[in-house]
Amino acid sequence: MYNKITIIPGLIIFVVLVTSPIWYNGLQAGPMPKPELPPGGEQKCVRPAAEMRDIHMSLLNEWRDDVLRDGNRVSVTVNGKEYRKGLQMACMQCHSNKEKFCDTCHEYASVKPYCWDCHLSPAEAASKKETH
Amino acid sequence: MDKQRRKFLKIAGATALAGVSAPAVVKLTSTPSFASSGQEAAADAGQSDGHGEKAPTGIRYGMVIDMRKLYGNQELIDKAIDACHTVHNVPHFDNKQNEIKWIWKTPFANAFVEHSSYHSSKITTDNDFAVLCNHCDNPPCVRVCPTKATFQMENGIVAMDYHRCIGCRFCMMGCPYGARSFNWFNPRDHIETYNPDFPTRTRGVVEKCNFCAERLPLGKEPACVEALKDSRALVFGDLNDPHSEIRQVLDKEPTIQRKPSLGTKPSIFYIV
Repeated sequence: MYNKITIIPGLIIFVVLVTSPIWYNGLQAGPMPKPELPPGGEQKCVRPAAEMRDIHMSLLNEWRDDVLRDGNRVSVTVNGKEYRKGLQMACMQCHSNKEKFCDTCHEYASVKPYCWDCHLSPAEAASKKETH
Repeated sequence: MDKQRRKFLKIAGATALAGVSAPAVVKLTSTPSFASSGQEAAADAGQSDGHGEKAPTGIRYGMVIDMRKLYGNQELIDKAIDACHTVHNVPHFDNKQNEIKWIWKTPFANAFVEHSSYHSSKITTDNDFAVLCNHCDNPPCVRVCPTKATFQMENGIVAMDYHRCIGCRFCMMGCPYGARSFNWFNPRDHIETYNPDFPTRTRGVVEKCNFCAERLPLGKEPACVEALKDSRALVFGDLNDPHSEIRQVLDKEPTIQRKPSLGTKPSIFYIV
Protein backbone atom coordinates (compact mmCIF):
# COMPACT_ATOMS: atom_id res chain seq x y z
CA MET A 1 0.00 0.00 0.00
CA TYR A 2 1.31 3.41 -0.97
CA ASN A 3 1.05 6.45 1.32
CA LYS A 4 0.07 4.31 4.28
CA ILE A 5 1.26 7.02 6.64
CA THR A 6 -1.31 9.55 5.42
CA ILE A 7 -4.21 7.29 4.38
CA ILE A 8 -4.67 5.32 7.62
CA PRO A 9 -4.60 8.33 10.01
CA GLY A 10 -6.84 10.13 7.49
CA LEU A 11 -9.37 7.32 7.62
CA ILE A 12 -9.24 7.25 11.41
CA ILE A 13 -9.80 11.01 11.60
CA PHE A 14 -12.72 10.71 9.17
CA VAL A 15 -14.43 7.94 11.14
CA VAL A 16 -13.99 9.79 14.43
CA LEU A 17 -15.38 13.00 12.93
CA VAL A 18 -18.41 11.28 11.43
CA THR A 19 -19.24 9.47 14.66
CA SER A 20 -18.39 12.46 16.85
CA PRO A 21 -22.04 13.24 17.80
CA ILE A 22 -22.27 9.77 19.35
CA TRP A 23 -19.08 10.23 21.36
CA TYR A 24 -20.01 13.75 22.28
CA ASN A 25 -23.24 12.53 23.88
CA GLY A 26 -21.41 9.72 25.71
CA LEU A 27 -23.19 6.92 23.84
CA GLN A 28 -26.52 8.20 25.21
CA ALA A 29 -29.52 9.32 23.14
CA GLY A 30 -30.08 12.22 25.50
CA PRO A 31 -32.70 12.49 28.22
CA MET A 32 -35.99 10.87 27.22
CA PRO A 33 -38.77 13.41 26.72
CA LYS A 34 -41.51 13.45 29.34
CA PRO A 35 -44.64 14.83 27.77
CA GLU A 36 -46.93 16.44 30.30
CA LEU A 37 -50.05 14.48 31.24
CA PRO A 38 -53.32 16.39 30.86
CA PRO A 39 -53.33 19.19 33.46
CA GLY A 40 -57.04 18.59 33.96
CA GLY A 41 -56.33 15.09 35.27
CA GLU A 42 -58.08 13.16 32.49
CA GLN A 43 -56.90 9.56 32.60
CA LYS A 44 -58.33 8.11 29.42
CA CYS A 45 -57.51 9.04 25.84
CA VAL A 46 -59.51 8.16 22.72
CA ARG A 47 -57.20 5.15 22.30
CA PRO A 48 -54.79 3.47 24.74
CA ALA A 49 -51.68 5.52 25.40
CA ALA A 50 -49.30 3.07 23.72
CA GLU A 51 -51.41 3.08 20.59
CA MET A 52 -51.63 6.84 20.59
CA ARG A 53 -47.85 7.07 20.88
CA ASP A 54 -47.48 4.99 17.73
CA ILE A 55 -50.33 6.06 15.49
CA HIS A 56 -51.62 9.47 16.61
CA MET A 57 -50.56 10.91 13.28
CA SER A 58 -52.58 8.33 11.33
CA LEU A 59 -55.56 8.86 13.59
CA LEU A 60 -55.38 12.60 12.96
CA ASN A 61 -55.29 11.95 9.21
CA GLU A 62 -58.28 9.64 9.53
CA TRP A 63 -60.22 12.26 11.46
CA ARG A 64 -59.27 14.89 8.92
CA ASP A 65 -60.62 12.78 6.05
CA ASP A 66 -63.75 11.85 8.00
CA VAL A 67 -64.56 15.43 8.87
CA LEU A 68 -63.52 17.27 5.73
CA ARG A 69 -64.06 14.75 2.95
CA ASP A 70 -66.86 12.52 4.14
CA GLY A 71 -68.70 15.02 6.32
CA ASN A 72 -68.63 12.45 9.13
CA ARG A 73 -68.49 14.70 12.16
CA VAL A 74 -69.76 12.14 14.66
CA SER A 75 -68.17 13.01 17.99
CA VAL A 76 -65.93 10.74 20.02
CA THR A 77 -66.99 9.86 23.54
CA VAL A 78 -64.35 9.23 26.20
CA ASN A 79 -65.44 8.58 29.77
CA GLY A 80 -68.84 10.04 29.09
CA LYS A 81 -67.45 13.29 27.74
CA GLU A 82 -68.00 14.11 24.09
CA TYR A 83 -65.30 15.50 21.89
CA ARG A 84 -65.64 16.71 18.33
CA LYS A 85 -63.12 15.08 16.02
CA GLY A 86 -60.20 17.39 15.52
CA LEU A 87 -56.84 18.48 16.79
CA GLN A 88 -58.14 21.73 18.26
CA MET A 89 -61.47 20.35 19.32
CA ALA A 90 -60.49 17.01 20.87
CA CYS A 91 -56.75 16.61 21.56
CA MET A 92 -56.00 20.09 22.81
CA GLN A 93 -59.03 20.09 25.13
CA CYS A 94 -57.11 17.84 27.53
CA HIS A 95 -53.53 18.25 26.38
CA SER A 96 -53.91 21.96 26.75
CA ASN A 97 -50.23 22.77 26.68
CA LYS A 98 -48.81 22.12 23.25
CA GLU A 99 -45.31 23.21 24.29
CA LYS A 100 -45.15 20.73 27.14
CA PHE A 101 -46.92 17.90 25.32
CA CYS A 102 -46.54 17.80 21.54
CA ASP A 103 -43.30 19.69 21.28
CA THR A 104 -41.32 17.65 23.83
CA CYS A 105 -41.28 14.51 21.70
CA HIS A 106 -41.33 16.22 18.33
CA GLU A 107 -38.25 18.21 19.23
CA TYR A 108 -36.51 15.13 20.61
CA ALA A 109 -37.25 13.18 17.43
CA SER A 110 -36.61 16.23 15.25
CA VAL A 111 -40.04 15.95 13.64
CA LYS A 112 -41.56 19.12 12.33
CA PRO A 113 -45.27 18.52 11.68
CA TYR A 114 -47.05 21.38 9.91
CA CYS A 115 -50.22 21.08 12.00
CA TRP A 116 -49.59 24.36 13.73
CA ASP A 117 -49.20 26.36 10.55
CA CYS A 118 -52.99 26.48 10.52
CA HIS A 119 -54.30 24.90 13.71
CA LEU A 120 -54.24 27.10 16.76
CA SER A 121 -52.49 25.88 19.86
CA PRO A 122 -54.38 26.83 23.03
CA ALA A 123 -51.73 29.43 23.86
CA GLU A 124 -51.93 30.92 20.38
CA ALA A 125 -55.73 31.00 20.46
CA ALA A 126 -55.69 32.76 23.81
CA SER A 127 -53.27 35.39 22.52
CA LYS A 128 -56.00 37.01 20.42
CA LYS A 129 -59.16 36.36 22.35
CA GLU A 130 -62.49 37.86 21.56
CA THR A 131 -63.05 40.70 23.97
CA HIS A 132 -66.80 40.90 24.03
CA MET B 1 -39.36 -27.29 -40.36
CA ASP B 2 -41.03 -25.16 -42.99
CA LYS B 3 -44.46 -25.95 -41.61
CA GLN B 4 -43.41 -24.83 -38.13
CA ARG B 5 -42.09 -21.54 -39.44
CA ARG B 6 -45.37 -20.97 -41.29
CA LYS B 7 -47.33 -21.62 -38.09
CA PHE B 8 -45.08 -19.30 -36.08
CA LEU B 9 -45.51 -16.46 -38.56
CA LYS B 10 -49.30 -16.87 -38.50
CA ILE B 11 -49.46 -16.73 -34.72
CA ALA B 12 -47.06 -13.80 -34.57
CA GLY B 13 -49.11 -11.90 -37.15
CA ALA B 14 -52.38 -12.51 -35.32
CA THR B 15 -50.88 -11.45 -31.98
CA ALA B 16 -49.48 -8.26 -33.45
CA LEU B 17 -52.83 -7.38 -34.99
CA ALA B 18 -54.65 -8.02 -31.71
CA GLY B 19 -52.14 -5.88 -29.82
CA VAL B 20 -52.45 -2.98 -32.22
CA SER B 21 -56.23 -3.01 -32.36
CA ALA B 22 -56.87 -3.60 -28.64
CA PRO B 23 -56.71 0.11 -27.56
CA ALA B 24 -59.18 1.05 -30.27
CA VAL B 25 -61.62 -1.61 -29.10
CA VAL B 26 -61.27 -0.53 -25.49
CA LYS B 27 -61.85 3.09 -26.47
CA LEU B 28 -64.98 2.27 -28.45
CA THR B 29 -66.57 0.12 -25.77
CA SER B 30 -65.74 2.20 -22.68
CA THR B 31 -67.70 5.15 -21.26
CA PRO B 32 -67.56 8.46 -23.13
CA SER B 33 -64.31 10.33 -22.70
CA PHE B 34 -63.89 13.27 -20.34
CA ALA B 35 -64.06 15.93 -23.01
CA SER B 36 -67.34 14.74 -24.51
CA SER B 37 -69.04 14.44 -21.09
CA GLY B 38 -68.04 18.03 -20.43
CA GLN B 39 -69.73 19.14 -23.61
CA GLU B 40 -72.88 17.32 -22.62
CA ALA B 41 -72.90 19.12 -19.31
CA ALA B 42 -72.51 22.45 -21.05
CA ALA B 43 -75.31 21.60 -23.47
CA ASP B 44 -77.51 20.64 -20.53
CA ALA B 45 -76.89 23.92 -18.86
CA GLY B 46 -77.71 25.76 -22.06
CA GLN B 47 -81.18 24.26 -22.08
CA SER B 48 -81.93 24.68 -18.41
CA ASP B 49 -81.83 28.01 -16.64
CA GLY B 50 -79.50 26.79 -13.93
CA HIS B 51 -82.21 25.82 -11.50
CA GLY B 52 -81.19 22.15 -11.60
CA GLU B 53 -84.39 20.45 -12.80
CA LYS B 54 -82.86 17.02 -13.31
CA ALA B 55 -84.37 14.58 -10.77
CA PRO B 56 -82.64 15.96 -7.69
CA THR B 57 -81.53 13.47 -5.10
CA GLY B 58 -80.12 13.94 -1.60
CA ILE B 59 -79.44 17.27 0.02
CA ARG B 60 -78.27 20.29 -1.89
CA TYR B 61 -77.74 23.36 0.21
CA GLY B 62 -78.46 26.74 -1.26
CA MET B 63 -79.20 30.31 -0.28
CA VAL B 64 -81.57 33.05 -1.33
CA ILE B 65 -80.36 36.61 -0.88
CA ASP B 66 -83.31 38.95 -0.71
CA MET B 67 -81.74 42.21 -1.82
CA ARG B 68 -84.98 44.12 -1.21
CA LYS B 69 -84.18 43.87 2.48
CA LEU B 70 -80.59 45.02 1.97
CA TYR B 71 -81.27 48.10 -0.17
CA GLY B 72 -80.59 51.08 2.01
CA ASN B 73 -79.51 48.74 4.81
CA GLN B 74 -76.01 48.13 3.56
CA GLU B 75 -74.70 47.90 7.11
CA LEU B 76 -76.50 44.55 7.30
CA ILE B 77 -74.13 43.17 4.67
CA ASP B 78 -71.19 44.43 6.73
CA LYS B 79 -72.68 42.66 9.71
CA ALA B 80 -72.84 39.39 7.80
CA ILE B 81 -69.26 39.85 6.56
CA ASP B 82 -68.07 40.53 10.10
CA ALA B 83 -69.86 37.49 11.48
CA CYS B 84 -68.44 35.21 8.81
CA HIS B 85 -64.91 36.54 8.98
CA THR B 86 -64.80 36.35 12.78
CA VAL B 87 -66.08 32.78 12.90
CA HIS B 88 -63.65 31.58 10.24
CA ASN B 89 -60.53 33.49 11.29
CA VAL B 90 -60.44 35.35 8.00
CA PRO B 91 -57.58 37.88 7.92
CA HIS B 92 -58.17 41.52 7.04
CA PHE B 93 -55.85 43.26 4.58
CA ASP B 94 -56.21 46.94 3.78
CA ASN B 95 -54.60 46.49 0.38
CA LYS B 96 -57.22 45.17 -2.06
CA GLN B 97 -54.60 43.10 -3.87
CA ASN B 98 -54.05 40.91 -0.83
CA GLU B 99 -57.67 40.86 0.29
CA ILE B 100 -59.14 37.60 1.61
CA LYS B 101 -62.88 37.42 1.22
CA TRP B 102 -65.45 34.73 1.95
CA ILE B 103 -68.45 37.02 1.58
CA TRP B 104 -68.16 40.55 0.29
CA LYS B 105 -69.92 43.51 -1.32
CA THR B 106 -69.88 44.35 -5.01
CA PRO B 107 -71.92 46.61 -7.34
CA PHE B 108 -74.70 45.15 -9.50
CA ALA B 109 -72.70 45.54 -12.72
CA ASN B 110 -69.89 43.38 -11.30
CA ALA B 111 -72.11 40.80 -9.68
CA PHE B 112 -74.43 40.32 -12.64
CA VAL B 113 -72.26 40.96 -15.68
CA GLU B 114 -74.65 39.07 -17.95
CA HIS B 115 -77.58 41.24 -16.96
CA SER B 116 -77.87 44.61 -18.58
CA SER B 117 -77.10 47.62 -16.44
CA TYR B 118 -78.39 49.96 -19.16
CA HIS B 119 -80.91 52.34 -17.63
CA SER B 120 -80.85 50.33 -14.46
CA SER B 121 -82.79 51.58 -11.49
CA LYS B 122 -81.25 53.98 -9.04
CA ILE B 123 -81.68 51.49 -6.24
CA THR B 124 -79.50 48.85 -7.91
CA THR B 125 -76.78 51.33 -8.85
CA ASP B 126 -76.73 52.93 -5.40
CA ASN B 127 -76.51 49.66 -3.49
CA ASP B 128 -73.89 46.96 -3.26
CA PHE B 129 -74.77 43.30 -3.54
CA ALA B 130 -73.66 40.60 -1.13
CA VAL B 131 -71.74 37.91 -2.98
CA LEU B 132 -70.08 34.69 -1.88
CA CYS B 133 -69.07 31.31 -3.24
CA ASN B 134 -71.97 29.98 -5.31
CA HIS B 135 -71.39 26.35 -4.33
CA CYS B 136 -72.08 25.43 -7.93
CA ASP B 137 -73.61 22.12 -8.86
CA ASN B 138 -71.09 21.95 -11.69
CA PRO B 139 -68.09 23.66 -10.10
CA PRO B 140 -65.24 24.59 -12.44
CA CYS B 141 -62.84 25.04 -9.52
CA VAL B 142 -63.22 21.37 -8.60
CA ARG B 143 -62.53 20.32 -12.15
CA VAL B 144 -59.27 22.20 -12.42
CA CYS B 145 -57.84 21.39 -8.97
CA PRO B 146 -54.86 19.09 -9.58
CA THR B 147 -54.73 17.74 -6.00
CA LYS B 148 -58.44 17.38 -5.25
CA ALA B 149 -57.95 19.87 -2.46
CA THR B 150 -61.28 21.35 -3.45
CA PHE B 151 -64.16 18.97 -3.96
CA GLN B 152 -67.91 18.70 -3.83
CA MET B 153 -69.47 17.17 -0.75
CA GLU B 154 -72.57 15.02 -0.93
CA ASN B 155 -74.70 17.87 0.35
CA GLY B 156 -73.63 20.07 -2.55
CA ILE B 157 -71.15 22.20 -0.62
CA VAL B 158 -67.97 22.93 -2.54
CA ALA B 159 -65.45 22.38 0.23
CA MET B 160 -61.72 22.70 0.62
CA ASP B 161 -59.12 20.54 2.30
CA TYR B 162 -56.39 23.04 3.06
CA HIS B 163 -54.02 20.20 3.93
CA ARG B 164 -53.87 19.32 0.27
CA CYS B 165 -53.83 22.77 -1.30
CA ILE B 166 -50.52 23.43 -3.04
CA GLY B 167 -51.37 27.04 -3.85
CA CYS B 168 -51.31 26.65 -7.64
CA ARG B 169 -54.33 28.96 -7.96
CA PHE B 170 -55.87 27.07 -10.88
CA CYS B 171 -59.16 27.24 -8.97
CA MET B 172 -58.93 31.01 -8.87
CA MET B 173 -58.60 31.01 -12.65
CA GLY B 174 -61.45 28.52 -12.92
CA CYS B 175 -63.93 30.30 -10.65
CA PRO B 176 -66.00 32.73 -12.71
CA TYR B 177 -67.22 34.53 -9.58
CA GLY B 178 -63.92 35.55 -8.00
CA ALA B 179 -64.95 33.71 -4.86
CA ARG B 180 -61.45 32.50 -4.04
CA SER B 181 -58.62 34.37 -2.38
CA PHE B 182 -54.96 33.52 -2.12
CA ASN B 183 -52.93 33.95 1.05
CA TRP B 184 -49.92 35.93 -0.10
CA PHE B 185 -48.88 36.56 3.51
CA ASN B 186 -49.15 34.75 6.80
CA PRO B 187 -52.81 35.37 7.62
CA ARG B 188 -52.25 35.16 11.38
CA ASP B 189 -50.61 38.57 11.47
CA HIS B 190 -53.83 40.06 10.10
CA ILE B 191 -56.45 38.38 12.25
CA GLU B 192 -57.81 40.47 15.08
CA THR B 193 -59.48 37.81 17.22
CA TYR B 194 -59.21 34.06 16.95
CA ASN B 195 -62.12 31.69 17.02
CA PRO B 196 -60.47 28.82 18.96
CA ASP B 197 -62.84 26.29 17.37
CA PHE B 198 -61.62 26.91 13.84
CA PRO B 199 -58.13 26.80 12.34
CA THR B 200 -56.54 29.65 10.45
CA ARG B 201 -55.02 29.15 7.04
CA THR B 202 -51.36 29.38 6.21
CA ARG B 203 -49.41 31.37 3.67
CA GLY B 204 -49.64 29.88 0.18
CA VAL B 205 -53.12 28.34 0.20
CA VAL B 206 -56.34 29.45 -1.47
CA GLU B 207 -59.42 29.91 0.69
CA LYS B 208 -63.12 30.56 0.26
CA CYS B 209 -66.56 30.29 1.84
CA ASN B 210 -67.35 26.76 3.10
CA PHE B 211 -71.09 27.41 3.61
CA CYS B 212 -70.34 26.85 7.30
CA ALA B 213 -69.86 23.12 6.78
CA GLU B 214 -68.53 23.01 10.37
CA ARG B 215 -71.62 24.70 11.86
CA LEU B 216 -74.36 22.79 10.02
CA PRO B 217 -73.78 19.46 11.85
CA LEU B 218 -74.11 21.33 15.14
CA GLY B 219 -77.58 22.39 14.07
CA LYS B 220 -76.54 25.99 13.44
CA GLU B 221 -77.23 28.00 10.34
CA PRO B 222 -74.36 29.63 8.42
CA ALA B 223 -72.86 32.56 10.31
CA CYS B 224 -74.04 35.16 7.77
CA VAL B 225 -77.61 33.85 7.88
CA GLU B 226 -77.57 33.84 11.66
CA ALA B 227 -76.22 37.40 11.79
CA LEU B 228 -79.06 38.67 9.58
CA LYS B 229 -81.71 36.51 11.25
CA ASP B 230 -83.86 39.49 12.25
CA SER B 231 -83.97 41.02 8.78
CA ARG B 232 -84.67 37.67 7.08
CA ALA B 233 -82.59 38.85 4.14
CA LEU B 234 -80.78 35.52 3.78
CA VAL B 235 -82.61 32.22 3.57
CA PHE B 236 -80.59 29.04 3.76
CA GLY B 237 -81.79 25.48 3.20
CA ASP B 238 -82.06 22.35 1.12
CA LEU B 239 -82.90 23.11 -2.51
CA ASN B 240 -84.04 19.53 -3.06
CA ASP B 241 -86.59 19.49 -0.25
CA PRO B 242 -89.89 20.83 -1.62
CA HIS B 243 -91.04 21.75 1.92
CA SER B 244 -87.98 23.69 2.97
CA GLU B 245 -88.28 27.40 3.63
CA ILE B 246 -85.88 28.19 0.80
CA ARG B 247 -88.06 26.30 -1.68
CA GLN B 248 -91.14 28.19 -0.52
CA VAL B 249 -89.31 31.41 -1.26
CA LEU B 250 -87.98 30.16 -4.61
CA ASP B 251 -91.41 28.94 -5.67
CA LYS B 252 -92.98 32.30 -4.85
CA GLU B 253 -90.41 34.92 -5.82
CA PRO B 254 -88.68 35.50 -9.16
CA THR B 255 -84.93 35.07 -8.63
CA ILE B 256 -81.80 35.53 -10.69
CA GLN B 257 -78.38 33.92 -10.48
CA ARG B 258 -74.87 35.07 -11.33
CA LYS B 259 -73.62 34.17 -14.82
CA PRO B 260 -76.20 31.43 -15.47
CA SER B 261 -75.08 30.91 -19.07
CA LEU B 262 -71.78 29.40 -17.94
CA GLY B 263 -73.61 26.28 -16.85
CA THR B 264 -72.07 26.17 -13.38
CA LYS B 265 -75.53 25.92 -11.80
CA PRO B 266 -75.01 28.17 -8.78
CA SER B 267 -76.79 27.47 -5.51
CA ILE B 268 -77.12 31.15 -4.60
CA PHE B 269 -80.24 32.97 -5.75
CA TYR B 270 -80.96 36.69 -5.69
CA ILE B 271 -84.22 38.53 -5.37
CA VAL B 272 -83.41 41.86 -6.98
